[in-house]
This record gives sequence, structure tokens and C-alpha cells, in this order.
Amino acid sequence: MSEKFSLEILSPESLIIKTDVKQVVIPSFEGEMGILKDHIPLITFLRPGLVKIFNEDEKTFFVEEGTVEFANNNLLILTSSAVELPSKNKQSLVSLLSEAEKQIISEEITDKEKYLLSYKIETLKSITR
Amino acid sequence: MPSLDDLKKRIKSVKSTQKITKAMKMVAAAKLRKAQENAEKGRPYSKKMQNIILNLTKTINDPESAPKLLVGTGKDQIYLCVVLTADRGLCGGFNSNICKLAKTQFKKILSEGKNLKIISVGSKGLDLIKRHYGKYIVKKFSFKDRKQISFDDAKIIGDEIINLFNNNEFDRCILFYNNFKNVITQIPQAQQIIPAENNSNLNEENNQFYEFEPEEDEILEDLLPKNISTQIFKAFLENAASEQGSRMTAMDNATRNAGDLVDKLTINYNRSRQASITKELIEIISGAESL
Repeated sequence: MSEKFSLEILSPESLIIKTDVKQVVIPSFEGEMGILKDHIPLITFLRPGLVKIFNEDEKTFFVEEGTVEFANNNLLILTSSAVELPSKNKQSLVSLLSEAEKQIISEEITDKEKYLLSYKIETLKSITR
Repeated sequence: MPSLDDLKKRIKSVKSTQKITKAMKMVAAAKLRKAQENAEKGRPYSKKMQNIILNLTKTINDPESAPKLLVGTGKDQIYLCVVLTADRGLCGGFNSNICKLAKTQFKKILSEGKNLKIISVGSKGLDLIKRHYGKYIVKKFSFKDRKQISFDDAKIIGDEIINLFNNNEFDRCILFYNNFKNVITQIPQAQQIIPAENNSNLNEENNQFYEFEPEEDEILEDLLPKNISTQIFKAFLENAASEQGSRMTAMDNATRNAGDLVDKLTINYNRSRQASITKELIEIISGAESL
């Protein structure tokens, strides 16, 4: 019996990836989450982080936000910003990082935003290094 | 009877018009392919988003506590109509079809004694609506300078709508746009986005219990505004494809009509040329006979 389930990552502009996978690790809002076949139905959010797709090979995407639905062995990730790593356009990631660093210093942001930004900075730092 | 010279000039001008319409058709065809691709690529996202929300809605038993964006304000007094049109003309019935649909809806709303507010997107639609319903327009958007509309643009409009909603400026929000079916057929559509329409026939058998993280309410609160932007973005994409499709057909027709006209004028031209030759001959012959 196959141990795989199907994964779709969609952005408003296009279909980013559609494939069968063994395991996916998503940066869900309250912590990282590994998803295997026959996971219970789930709806959750993403915080900025890395989506790791495990198959014969391994693929990584950087996401800023997104919505995840898992049902009937279909994992669906809706995100407006998924960048496959290693990225060809490193410059844009660097500029994202500096922007986020500027934002987190400002006083007006809420705790929730701060939480999200801190993850964004951390992830971006780790991948742009 | 126009003189030979006049006919010649007319033929020339029609021909040059034909060249222009032909070029416009080609451009539209090229743009159409891209726009159509985009529209088709964008569809799954908005559909899946709707689906997730639908699944979430099912888990909410108590409508009192549900977010207002989903169930509405409970009133039915003020309507907000968002009319999406193009920024350029010469695309057949594209703009006027949307406006026609919107106007019938406006009339209905007003005749029921309800209040109306309009947000117009795109300059062509604004011109059409302004005359009769100008005083209802609360906001105008135009993305004339953009080559391609991005998700962020849709988000600007979405945020504006949500802002108005949070200030209790309206109870219902309806989106008007053209749905792209194929190159020749575009269907003007009115879609209600607030409160979220209950398409309960969709995906009925999928009655699962989901695990939520964080809580349903929190997810819904975050997801609903996103969904509005998504729906608007989808409408934009459909509209862009429809616009090009509509322009292509319109310009194709124009080219053909110009061709017909050129044929007709050429026949006319030849006939009158022949007539004048015959006339001259008769004059010469009858002149020679009288000698």
C-alpha cells in the first residue's frame, strides 16, 4: 500500500505544485506540524516559515502566510507567497528581511504581528545566510 | 452621386480603419491568451477558499456568535454594489453589459426603498453609471496605469470594503463583473460577497469533522477578509479575460464590416467610372454623327 497522499500548493495567480508526497512539515500558527497519510481532517493557518516536502527528494518552500486544509488525504495549502528554495531571487528575500526588521521595531504593532514578524525574520535569516 | 474622387477617398479611409481594427484584434488575441490562462489558473484558489469557508460554516451552530462578515448584520437596508469594468473602450458590449445588469439591480434596490452605495472600479463603467447614479458613488478606483492587476490591488479594494463594513456603512455587498466562459461568450454576473452566500448544494457529502488550530472563530475571522480579496481578485481575472475576448470579437466584426464596406464602395466606384466612360463615348459618337 502506498504511503503517499496528494499535495497541492495554490497561489491566487497559479498552481505552484501538485504532487504525491510521503510527508509534509508545515509551519502552522501554533508550531510546526508534520503531516503523514491519514492525518485527521484539519484546518489551520501558517505563520512565516518553511514548508518542507519529503518525497524521494526533499523540497522546501518559504511561505509568509497561508491556509491549510487536510481532508481525504488531500493536503491543500493556499498561500499568496510561496518561494521555492534555494531561491534564484535572493535579493527579494533580503529586502523582505530588512523590511520585516524595520517593522518589528515600530511601536504600533500588536503582539500577534510581533509574533509573526519574529518568525519571519528568523526564517529569512536562516535561508539568506 | 458622389464623384469618383470622393469615392476613392472613402475607400482609402475605410481601408485604413480596417487596418487599425485588424491590428487591435491581433493585440487582443495575444493578450487574451495570457489573460485566459491567468483566469483559469486563478479559479482553483478561489474555489478552494470558498470550500474551506463552507466547511467552517457548517461547524458553527450558533449564528449569534458567528462573525458578522459571514452571517451579515441581520439587516437588509443598505446595499453596497461594486461594479468592475475595464479602463479602455472599444471592446463591444463588455462594459455596457455589466452596467446594464448593475443598473437593473440598482433600480430594484431603490424601488424597494433601500439605500444604495456604489464603488466603481475602472473608468469606463464610471462614465456609464455616473449619469444616473452619480450621487450614490462613494468610492472610485482605477488601475489604468497597471499592466496587469495583482493580488495586492484586489486587496486594496477588499480592505476598503471591509473597512466600510466595520463602520456599519452597509449590510450587503454585491460584486458585478463579467464571467469568462469562452472567447465569444461572457456572462455578466452579480455575486453577493457579504454576507457570504450559502451555496449549500456545493460539496454536501463532505461532512467531516475538522480539527482546528487555532479555534474556528479565529480562523474565520482571519479567513473571511482574505476571502473577500480573493473573490475580488477572481473577478478581476475573469474580467480581464472577458475584456480581451470581447474586444477581439468586436474588432473581428469591425474588420469584417470594413471589408464589406470596401467591397461595396469599390463596386460603386467601378460602376460610376464605367458610367462616365460610357457617357464620354456617347458624347463623342453623337458628336461625330451630327457632322
